[in-house]
Amino acid sequence: MDTTTVNNFKSEEYFINMGPQHPATHGVLRLLLTIDGEIIKKVEPDLGYIHRSIEKMCERDSYQQIVHLTDRMDYLSSHINNEAVCLTIENALQLEIPERVKVIRTIIGELTRIASHCLWWGVMGMDVGALTTYFYGFRDREMINDIFEETCGARLTMNYNIPGGLMFDIHPNFVKRTKEFVAHFKTKIPEYNRLLTGNVIFQKRMKGVGILTKEDAISFGASGPVARGSGYSCDVRKHHPYSALDKVTFKEALKTEGDSLSRYEVRIQEMWESLSIIEQLIDNIPEGEHKVATKAVIKLPKGEFYQKVETARGELGVFINSKGTKNPYRLKFRSPGFSNLSLLNHIAVGGKIGDLVASMATLDLVIPDIDR
Amino acid sequence: MNITLSITKTIYEFLAGYLSNDAANIGTMVTIALIYLAIFAVAGLYLVLLERKVAAWFQLRIGPNRVGFWGLLQTMADALKLVSKELTGTVKADKFLYNLAPYFVIVSSLMALAVFPFTKEFQAFDINIGVFFLIAISSIGVIGILLGGWASNNKFALIGAMRSGVQTISYELSVGLSLLTMILITGTLQLSEIVEIQKNGWLIVQGHIPAIIAFMIYMIAGTAETNRAPFDMVEAESELGAGFHTEYSGMKFAYFFLAEFINMFIIAAIATTVFFGGWLSPFGITESIPWLGVFWFMGKTLVLVFLIMWFRWTFPRLRVDQLLTLEWKYLLPLNLLNIVLMALIVWLNLTIQF
Amino acid sequence: MSYFGDIYKGIKTLLTGMSVTGKYFLHSRKGAITQQYPDNRDTLKMFDRFRGEVVMPHDENNEHRCTGCQKCEIACPNGTIEIIWDRQIDPETGKKKKMIDQHIYHLGMCTMCGLCIEACPTDAILWAQNYENSVYDRTKLTKVLNQPGSKLMPGVED
Repeated sequence: MDTTTVNNFKSEEYFINMGPQHPATHGVLRLLLTIDGEIIKKVEPDLGYIHRSIEKMCERDSYQQIVHLTDRMDYLSSHINNEAVCLTIENALQLEIPERVKVIRTIIGELTRIASHCLWWGVMGMDVGALTTYFYGFRDREMINDIFEETCGARLTMNYNIPGGLMFDIHPNFVKRTKEFVAHFKTKIPEYNRLLTGNVIFQKRMKGVGILTKEDAISFGASGPVARGSGYSCDVRKHHPYSALDKVTFKEALKTEGDSLSRYEVRIQEMWESLSIIEQLIDNIPEGEHKVATKAVIKLPKGEFYQKVETARGELGVFINSKGTKNPYRLKFRSPGFSNLSLLNHIAVGGKIGDLVASMATLDLVIPDIDR
Repeated sequence: MNITLSITKTIYEFLAGYLSNDAANIGTMVTIALIYLAIFAVAGLYLVLLERKVAAWFQLRIGPNRVGFWGLLQTMADALKLVSKELTGTVKADKFLYNLAPYFVIVSSLMALAVFPFTKEFQAFDINIGVFFLIAISSIGVIGILLGGWASNNKFALIGAMRSGVQTISYELSVGLSLLTMILITGTLQLSEIVEIQKNGWLIVQGHIPAIIAFMIYMIAGTAETNRAPFDMVEAESELGAGFHTEYSGMKFAYFFLAEFINMFIIAAIATTVFFGGWLSPFGITESIPWLGVFWFMGKTLVLVFLIMWFRWTFPRLRVDQLLTLEWKYLLPLNLLNIVLMALIVWLNLTIQF
Repeated sequence: MSYFGDIYKGIKTLLTGMSVTGKYFLHSRKGAITQQYPDNRDTLKMFDRFRGEVVMPHDENNEHRCTGCQKCEIACPNGTIEIIWDRQIDPETGKKKKMIDQHIYHLGMCTMCGLCIEACPTDAILWAQNYENSVYDRTKLTKVLNQPGSKLMPGVED
């Protein structure tokens, strides 16, 4: 911590460390809070506790080996991270991907988004004090994990995409299980609303708390549901569609108030939209190959390539600078959590500690994504 | 089989055969204190197990079921573990106050437990200002919390203790006023008399509308008194660690923990006595068998304890300023209006009597 | 008047929330999703594609299909697989051929990415579904996949 912060203390303020091990910060994040009684004066996040030098490791691995490292960045939307890297490589090599692969990638991506939002909802309830929502959210997430386990073999870090398509074809039970899940989940979201959203205590905790205006959202670089809660339309799936997303119709969830309740409602709306995307695609998966043959040693042409996708947290960008060899010269991830975390000081100052916890839960941070 | 239910008299007569009168008096008091201490410990342990099982059923899982059949020995195992832990302390803590703080909460809970009529004449201390005594005793518990937070020399503990102090003294008002509403019907503060008056119908039925409002206010204020969710800002686990008992470990932590559950039991027991007829059976079914009154009393109390647990596992937490707004702007004016309403009903003889 | 309206609406939302948890409480006997793990080992079965551990299947003559081409060792991102090989005279054709001595697999370092199994041209290694891999001694996590005294199945070429 720099000394200027210490010297500027007024006499009635004190300094509290919401340390790296803490039940409310989702991961290892250290927050240095300067508080006056109950009002927060300054929040300073301190990162780096889970830095594993993923970008440096990518410089020594070949292109097929990079994909399994991106699973572990934002582990709740692992499939979408894999898809981002694979799309960058495929666009650089200008490969033609079969339609079947695109549709399956989109379906599994939307299932991942729903799983991530289920976990977010459970943890959101737990942070504001309703301790049973955690279990209800995880029960629904277990059904999605079973679908993934049957098809890909793993539940969380799936490594199912490879540059050129999918590692192996989907299991015959995939379509049936997904349809059962969609039917089951449609009865659960109204239950979530009855338990938490409509609750008067919850509304009082979230309404008018942690307000972020549209100009601030754009200038801080926020993306994902955080920015959409303030009215900034930035869904990558709408503006720069990839995979099979240009074939489906869905609405972008936008709210204008910019407080915590509108960020919450944007995510609930996104769950409905993901269900409708899956329903549009699940019945007619086109037949075809499940991958395109690539060379055993992939070498990208010289140049710089960029691809952005919409993960559950926001916009993830993959930048590859290649000098024509079999490893990338530099690979950089523009992670959504990093820009969203920078907002925290802006929205928490002037509120109380309870508001800080509620706002941080709506920002939906996953710290390995920020630290990489 | 004729068992007299008045335990004080039985023990006194038993001891008076062997000792002088004064010594028999003191002997009676010591024996009763030991019996109540035993009841306190056992009841606390089984309430903790009940809370864990009920929480599990709300959360789609099974609670503890490995240690003993149906988990019945689980809290014994937990208590053994806590007893064997090292009693830590911080370096700059004020040793005397730090060690003294848990005893305040235990002593106040035990004293409150002594005045309840478990059944006809089964009461350790039948004082004629029963309700007033209860409200006064429950105010002593907050000293323990404040001392514990201050003496720990820990910023988190201090914030937690301050919040708890503010919360408890605000909600005591609501508790007292809602009990006062029911006293308007009974006209007496003595707990055994209150239960006798309910032979004409439970008090919640006798004073219909204002009694129901008073009961709802009492339940809300009661959960706030004991620092349970949704008012558990004090020990908000996802915010500040563990609140005022962060620095306590081992047996002292067990004291705070048990005292919270016994306080919950006391709040439910007061509600049973004042609103729901104490140890009386509905419509006087088993009036001829007085010792069944214990089971009726425990049954009604456990239903109310379940209600308090239901609140905990469903609702999110209130922020500190919202907690105080709720008390001073909503509960207190409603309480005062309710007292006026009840006074009108009693004066105009509109109570329902059977 | 909105004071009383607010109170009434607030209480109604609280009761709706309580009804949701109350419903789960009443169905708690059937609805509990706990699996009592060590007791249900007999009925617990993983899916076919579950990534438990990499194994090399041997048939009844103690033969495996690994030709020592080292494609899995190259494909692995973090050096989990080490192959110790040598060139020896093949008894059938009389020419020098690569044969494996030991196929070492460090289970402690494996990230279960599956690239080695995809890279193998002869399907020598496969996924097994065992999930109970914890040991008391770390050296037991370094496994040798080919059994002692086994040799290559005849007719397998890469």
